[in-house]
Amino acid sequence: MAELKLMKGNEALAEAAIRAGADAYFGYPITPQSEVIEYLMTEHPEDRTGMVVLQAESEIAAINMVYGAASTGKKVLTSSSSPGISLKLEGISYLAGAELPAVIVNVVRGGPGLGTIQPSQADYFQSVKGGGHGDYKLYVLAPSSVQEMADFVEDAFDIAFKYRAPVLILSDGLIGQMMEKVNLKDQKERMSNEELIENYGDWAVTGKTNRERNIITSLDLQSEKMEARVRRLMKKYEQMEKEDLRFEKIMCDDAEYLIVAYGSSARISQKAVELAREKGLKVGLLRPITLFPYPKQELFELADQVKGILSVELNAGQMVEDVQLSVQFKVPVEHFGRTGGIIHTPEEILEALEQKIIK
Amino acid sequence: MDILEIIKPENQVFCKTKLMTDTPLSYCPGCGHGTAHNLTMEVIDEMGISEDTIGVAPVGCSVLAYDFMNIDITQAAHGRAPAVATAIARTWPEKYVFTYQGDGDLAAIGTAETIHACNRGENIVIIFVNNGIYGMTGGQMAPTTLEGMKSSTSPFGRDISTMGSPLKMTELVANLPGVYYVTRQAVHNHKSARKAKKAIKKAFENTRLRKGLSFVEIVSNCNSGWKMTPNESNIWMEENMFPYFPLGDIKVDGKLK
Repeated sequence: MAELKLMKGNEALAEAAIRAGADAYFGYPITPQSEVIEYLMTEHPEDRTGMVVLQAESEIAAINMVYGAASTGKKVLTSSSSPGISLKLEGISYLAGAELPAVIVNVVRGGPGLGTIQPSQADYFQSVKGGGHGDYKLYVLAPSSVQEMADFVEDAFDIAFKYRAPVLILSDGLIGQMMEKVNLKDQKERMSNEELIENYGDWAVTGKTNRERNIITSLDLQSEKMEARVRRLMKKYEQMEKEDLRFEKIMCDDAEYLIVAYGSSARISQKAVELAREKGLKVGLLRPITLFPYPKQELFELADQVKGILSVELNAGQMVEDVQLSVQFKVPVEHFGRTGGIIHTPEEILEALEQKIIK
Repeated sequence: MDILEIIKPENQVFCKTKLMTDTPLSYCPGCGHGTAHNLTMEVIDEMGISEDTIGVAPVGCSVLAYDFMNIDITQAAHGRAPAVATAIARTWPEKYVFTYQGDGDLAAIGTAETIHACNRGENIVIIFVNNGIYGMTGGQMAPTTLEGMKSSTSPFGRDISTMGSPLKMTELVANLPGVYYVTRQAVHNHKSARKAKKAIKKAFENTRLRKGLSFVEIVSNCNSGWKMTPNESNIWMEENMFPYFPLGDIKVDGKLK
């Protein structure tokens, strides 16, 4: 039943996965997201709901286990952190190509390489610009609280099955590790095999009964067929942009200056907006909740209202490119970010806004 | 007498299993894959388990196995079939799950997935077709390419000192406790094919009895990649492949032979 609890972001996500009626989790330990599999192993959801939890031999094996369960129509997820997600990208590309529903969680740490175990948002490009090989996109949800770590699991599954496509929850070490109170939803029942066959029997491999055989593959050696597949994927992404874009506007109505930030940066930027308002500066915050689809139109329109925009990110400047593309050079757009695992303070953000935008 | 009067069910002594589709095989004439496919499908048909069987196709020559096998199949990334099969077997424990993989897929890029699925004793069947070469990509050296054997990436023959020895994956996995049945077979003549079919049947029976992992290697030819006629390649296989990869059971009922 529904309850209010004090939890770490990673634990809240794991508990929400059980309650969302997930059929399976496959993962491999990596800091700062190991609490997800630790929590699941301790909770033993096999007894609670029948959910399968397995520690794979690598991130590569884990994502391909996800591919296997997803091929049969099961509700399946995996989680990892940046270097682990790099390893999963081949599998993610296959999931997109084979049109399989799955949820992937990235609790981002700093890079490149082994980088740092501290929080970062340096996987923005990897998440929204493809990452793996080929023409595909991921629907990307960016939680900015422990509550959203929990809520977005079910949202992600809904989108994954609506489009038969992989969905990424792009969190970071800060949201994953911090503790907050979280409202947990009621336990949702797992779908029975009979229901699954009724719902997804037209595509899932569940054993060929009295029907044509189902085949899951991303291979089309005939060029025309492969192009048709790519076009089908692009149609899904267009539909996502039309129907499932999510963002939040905070104090934007009278804003003369705008901060754009997602995830943990949005959380800190919200405080910076308050500090600015105390100084009499009319600053607003646009928080993209989905990073693909991206609130392009919203930014394009806000650019007619504000004098300048600051993209605040925990990286060396990635999302700022999408902000620039969206506003089409109508107003100055600058980036402010810290790297190496250093978290910017609200004061730093306000100072950057004053120096780079307000001047 | 008209031919149609002869082709009647009562006169039929042999027919293609209904679990093979009518799609013409994409394999080179003389290749063993067609027979290995057919035997696998015959076993599934005879056991009456086609509705409960889920196959996992690899990357390599048999990537298109789903075009020929008339059952539900998912096609895995290169080498990852045992991981894919693991998840299916775990989430559908009542199903028969098998992978069909070549030597490059199973014993090179997929080594980790193979070893760990075997070590966990997943309740699946692995059919491993070993022809000592990468056929699909045009005859490059495989982990199982014999010493001195020429390929497009070992044009002067496999040099053990720099390229390593041909990998006996089957003997390796036989030593893992989770593996219940390990055998090495061939399909190049009737006698071998009959034995191989018995082995494949035993493997699927093990799944039914939930005994854990069954591993059936099929040493096969690649006449195109080896640059021989089909008959020459089979003779060469008997004379060169079989001494290094000897046929027979390696582990039965969980006990090493």
